[in-house]
Amino acid sequence: MTAHASTHRIQIRPNQSWLRLDWVGLWQYRDLLVLLVQRDFTAKYQQTILGPLWFIVNPLINAFVFTVLFSRIIGISTDGIPPMLFYLGGQLSWNYFANVLGSTGNSLTGNAGIFSKVYFPRLIPPFAMCGSSLIAFVVQLAVFGVVWGYNFFFTPYGESMNVGWSLLLFPLLILQTAALGLGTGLVLSAITAKYRDLQQLTGYLLQIWMYATPVIYPLSRIPEDWRWVANLNPMAAIVESTRVLLLGVGSVTFATHAVSILVTVSVLLGGIVLYQRTARTFVDTV
Amino acid sequence: MSKPIITARGVSKRYQLGQIGMTSFRDELERLSSRLRRKEASTPARTGEFWALQNVDFDISAGEIIGVIGRNGAGKSTLLKILSRTTEPTNGEINMHGRVGSLLEVGTGFHPDLSGRQNIFLNGAILGMSRSEVAAKFDEIVAFAELSAFIDTPVKRYSSGMYVRLAFAVAAHLEPEILILDEVLAVGDADFQRKCLNRMSEISTSDGRTILLVSHNMQALRRLCGKCLYLERGKSLGIMPVEDAIARYTQHSQPSPPIVRLEDRPRGHAEGSRVRLLEIGTTGGQPIRYGHPIQFYVEFRLLEPVRRFAIGIGFNTREGQRVLTLDSDTMQPALDLEPGSYRVTLGVNFWLLPESQYHITCAAIEGSTYPDALSDVALWDVLPAPEDETTHRSSPNARPPVAVAVRELIA
Repeated sequence: MTAHASTHRIQIRPNQSWLRLDWVGLWQYRDLLVLLVQRDFTAKYQQTILGPLWFIVNPLINAFVFTVLFSRIIGISTDGIPPMLFYLGGQLSWNYFANVLGSTGNSLTGNAGIFSKVYFPRLIPPFAMCGSSLIAFVVQLAVFGVVWGYNFFFTPYGESMNVGWSLLLFPLLILQTAALGLGTGLVLSAITAKYRDLQQLTGYLLQIWMYATPVIYPLSRIPEDWRWVANLNPMAAIVESTRVLLLGVGSVTFATHAVSILVTVSVLLGGIVLYQRTARTFVDTV
Repeated sequence: MSKPIITARGVSKRYQLGQIGMTSFRDELERLSSRLRRKEASTPARTGEFWALQNVDFDISAGEIIGVIGRNGAGKSTLLKILSRTTEPTNGEINMHGRVGSLLEVGTGFHPDLSGRQNIFLNGAILGMSRSEVAAKFDEIVAFAELSAFIDTPVKRYSSGMYVRLAFAVAAHLEPEILILDEVLAVGDADFQRKCLNRMSEISTSDGRTILLVSHNMQALRRLCGKCLYLERGKSLGIMPVEDAIARYTQHSQPSPPIVRLEDRPRGHAEGSRVRLLEIGTTGGQPIRYGHPIQFYVEFRLLEPVRRFAIGIGFNTREGQRVLTLDSDTMQPALDLEPGSYRVTLGVNFWLLPESQYHITCAAIEGSTYPDALSDVALWDVLPAPEDETTHRSSPNARPPVAVAVRELIA
């Protein structure tokens, strides 16, 4: 037992360094991560009729409304892409981002009960949220695939559609989306743990952020003078790059996407530090 | 003696009293701006700080079961929270060699929609077991909980007894080198409690694991622990043999005054907001005397109307056993009251608890909930009755006078 015990040495001290992450703990609790993802999924759809089908209905209705409203009535250009395809593609990464941010944004207050009773690495629940939001994303991706296939094979537009090897970069783009959503969510949960009144903020933030991101309009519609603002918004490059990878149309440069990655990494690191720092003594203030 | 598995040095924990964590963003901005203008005086008056633990040192060797004993507010829960790493100390350092499993509550993380089977895996993972460890122990856990017929039923359909049995069964099969337990013995029916106690002594004697246990139940401590860590107002009096600790804990101490203010005592989460207990006492500050009539009163304030309302006073022995409960609605209607401040009196014609000291618990009851409740608010003496000549015959138990009739039997 001594040999076994010596591998687990736990030291409890005040004010441990912000950056000292419990890496060993995170790895030891990997099964909990998987089980939390499963729990989220089963708990959400246990007593619904359509189950995961809701993930399909939601983006389809949105894409349909956007098509009628913005494309037909207001007449915002879609860069020549069929509107349904354009909006579904734009919503793919945005919805995943919004889901991750929304569900990780109250990681501390939402888990206060369990955090005050038992220790496990505090980053596990937000990580699990990224995983369970991925399920909705995959279903949406399938819907998009069906609409994409229909356009490719049965419409004249299909002949101009070309998608190449760059599609292999798509998983990396999704990873970046998860990192950005998680980072922002961690910052928000650290702030709302201290100031409950800022909990209302998440909804507004997401709404404003969506209009600032080329989800329902192409990046090319933003006037040149304002492009630099869009470049600072990491989601703008992500959504536009999604369209470039999946539809072959869009105006994003290597440089603008590099800025987006840089911002994402800083937000994620900042979020983790802030979250860990708040989580250490969070239960004293609940 | 073997090398200690837990060493604690100078462990202290400070809490800020008053409105902790309730700051709003506006308050913080005001504080910041006044700090920028270098107005030290305008920083909000800290209502004071409170040291829940001060300079606690101890060493625990592998395979020991140590009880943690002390009165309410002695710092037991704080120490357990620090050891289980749900919060960190303000000063000091603890080193532990081995995996730590803590059980400050049963059923942590249970999800009502998941089946018993799924919850076993989830709860096991939360407590630090890997999936394969749980799988290997699954049948044992189910058998221990006596729930094999319902294992695929969502736990929301379980009775509360079934729920607690399942939760404890998972915890009892944890295999960390160090196990930290808080008052979880008080679960389930008497048979299951006995089973839990047996399981715990089995864990430590056969598997050589170290257990730290907080309980107010002296019988359980006596049965399980060889030694106790005695805490008094945040300070450690050291680790001592269990009988010494119990003797110290149960010895006669200074009783509280007959009238006790309750309004400003710290409460649990959401307690005491709609209904607030203000004061408890005996009418006129009278002493309680065996065999004599006595009247208690409780004052409280209602901010909202209440229905099916009652006031209860509980009497516990020094060993933590409830021996008497006075509820204002026992065998009579409960109260419907409008907002306002009230005084309820509870009278007993013949006080039947014998001479001793009792810990007092006071609760406001509405339907099946407790909008405000405070335990151990006072320690009251019960005095002997000078005219009673029979007290010496019995150990402390209830001795009501009985209606006596004598009739000679004819063969």
